[in-house]
Amino acid sequence: MEINLLAFGQIAEITGKSTWKISGVKDINSLIKELEEEFPALVKMKYSIALNKKVIQENTIITDKDTIALLPPFSGG
Amino acid sequence: MSSNYDRYQRQIQLKEIGLVGQEKMGQAKVLVIGAGGLGCPALQYLAAAGVGTIGIVDFDVVELSNLQRQILYNVGDIGQSKAITTAKKLEALNPEIKIETYNLQITNKNALEILENYDIIIDGSDNFATRYLINDACVILDKPLVYGAVLRFEGQIGVFNLEDTTTHIKTNYRDLFPKAPDSATAISCNEVGVLGVIPGIIGTMQATEALKIITGVGKPLANKIISYNALENSFYDFEIIANSNQSIDFPKNKKDFLDYNYEWNCNSNSVVESLSAEEFDRLRTKEEITIIDVREKGELPEVDEFPFTLIPLSEFENLIETIPNENKIVVFCKSGQRSAKAIKIVKEKYPNCQAFSLKGGIDEWKIKN
Repeated sequence: MEINLLAFGQIAEITGKSTWKISGVKDINSLIKELEEEFPALVKMKYSIALNKKVIQENTIITDKDTIALLPPFSGG
Repeated sequence: MSSNYDRYQRQIQLKEIGLVGQEKMGQAKVLVIGAGGLGCPALQYLAAAGVGTIGIVDFDVVELSNLQRQILYNVGDIGQSKAITTAKKLEALNPEIKIETYNLQITNKNALEILENYDIIIDGSDNFATRYLINDACVILDKPLVYGAVLRFEGQIGVFNLEDTTTHIKTNYRDLFPKAPDSATAISCNEVGVLGVIPGIIGTMQATEALKIITGVGKPLANKIISYNALENSFYDFEIIANSNQSIDFPKNKKDFLDYNYEWNCNSNSVVESLSAEEFDRLRTKEEITIIDVREKGELPEVDEFPFTLIPLSEFENLIETIPNENKIVVFCKSGQRSAKAIKIVKEKYPNCQAFSLKGGIDEWKIKN
């Protein structure tokens, strides 16, 4: 199972890439855990998570070919 | 309308708009908060399109570093009020419309009375405290909010608090980002920069959304946010759903709004360093904070209503290392003067720490309790 990840703003700066693929995660919570282990700076970040373009607020099962986007807030104007 | 026909002819020609749509624009009242990178293009296009009443809120003055992206200003405007300068330029562009100028900082004390005069609010502010404040005010007053924000080569745009006509769902900024990021992790354009055209693009899109809402043409970005990346040439949209988490603390009515401390709750690094008795009570019941009494031992009145640590101001500098600084800190004394001095010491030692002095001291707090 492979999923697509998209990162925006500061999240992309932390991960060093704005799109990549990973495999082997079954739900959003395990994805977050894995990302935070790889990129510890994410722990302190606030961001929204969208599964296939829909913002989610609860742990959700991930299926093959899903796209998960990580969107942090910006304040610049 | 006939005298203005030539001016608006190109958009009246659009069959979706026509004279009826132009008339709607003429009657519309739009408030733009922040006449900066986002506000400048939004204001220009709204004025050019013939939006009948345009409000401009900004307390700042024009600086040289603004000119890279704030395209209403030129070198001769440096040092002048942004709100007043913008008003003059828009009046020159379109004398047929009414411009209202608010040369002030929007706060929870003045926001409701300003916003209630307008149909649509455009957020062109540049900090989280103001963004949450505008969002909450729009929810309380039930006004559509056209949100935009930029950073580096990216921008976000969305429309909040506008009902989707098919689903009847209405969402807002707090459904997407319930709480502001910590000041330590939140970066601003001042620190990391922004390409000048990014707010130009996003501000222009904000004006577009406002005109769509006014005329009823097309599908406004309700319950959605679009993220634009200039380097990738990509637009990615996010569908927002109402946040079911009821534990998020934010003001839901006018009274709560007036009592809410946006600087504190949005982790602002601004100069606000004191809290009123009501703000203090609200905060200490909502989250874990460190409370310090800087009076000398044995001073009256005694305080047994909440837990605190006694560190007299005379020993404050020597003992500052003992103060835990992970939580927000509130310092109090008898009248608020010594605590204000203590805050300066705390801020020197821990510049990123959120530390506040209790305004009016424990005397005023006792009167109000």
